[in-house]
Amino acid sequence: MTSFLPLVAAVLFSIGAVGVLVRRNAIVILMCIELMLNAVNLTFAAYAYELRSMAGHVFIFFVMTVAAAEAAVGLGIVIAVFRKRRSADVDDVNLMKW
Amino acid sequence: MLAVNIIAFLAIFSALMVVFHRNPMVSVVFLIVNLVCIALFFLFLQAQFLFAIQIIVYAGAIMVLFVFVVMLLNLRREEETRPNWKVQRALAFAGGVLLVGALWSALWRRGASAEAFPGGFLDEFGTAEEVGRLLFTDYLFQFEAASVLLVVAMIGAVVLARRKES
Repeated sequence: MTSFLPLVAAVLFSIGAVGVLVRRNAIVILMCIELMLNAVNLTFAAYAYELRSMAGHVFIFFVMTVAAAEAAVGLGIVIAVFRKRRSADVDDVNLMKW
Repeated sequence: MLAVNIIAFLAIFSALMVVFHRNPMVSVVFLIVNLVCIALFFLFLQAQFLFAIQIIVYAGAIMVLFVFVVMLLNLRREEETRPNWKVQRALAFAGGVLLVGALWSALWRRGASAEAFPGGFLDEFGTAEEVGRLLFTDYLFQFEAASVLLVVAMIGAVVLARRKES
């Protein structure tokens, strides 16, 4: 099982990465980032189990902390942008693109 | 083992639905399914504490935040097509397939050496007690840094989402 779960995590991470590139809705992009962070968490847990080490669990704890902070700030930015532009489309927010 | 396969299938299916469903609200629901699947994986990997945290913090708190914002903005409009949309889409899919291939080949090459790790489990493996002990001994500084990060994120979110007085 521990050799099988990192493969699942790799697929989930790649789906999240493709989602960030393909979707234009800022909220869905944030969700795809959550998807990627969860894939990383799954890898951490699988290796923690395999190596009988609790360090992976502590790392997952920190990843969750960062994910919570990122979601709060990211959604705050989405709301601020939506107020100004009436849109959550990332292509409408390209002033600093190049 | 069958249960693990079913959960893995469900996790990948829900992840695909998150990415490809047009309606953000449906995406959020499938993301919750995905998070619950990962929580079940944690349970299989003897990480009971993380299972509880995953359900409470992730599927509970963070997803409520997402649901709230999706409903607040009420995004019904379809994402419109841009001129360079097709090229970017094709490149993204190619990159995703390449990424899966690269990660899989790396994981296969890792081979069975790590698999054969002997030691048995400690009794406290994965319990809240042991995670707490590690957080307050070996990872104390990182723990404090995480608390500072959370305070900064909280203040930042309030400042960003505040309505400007004009």
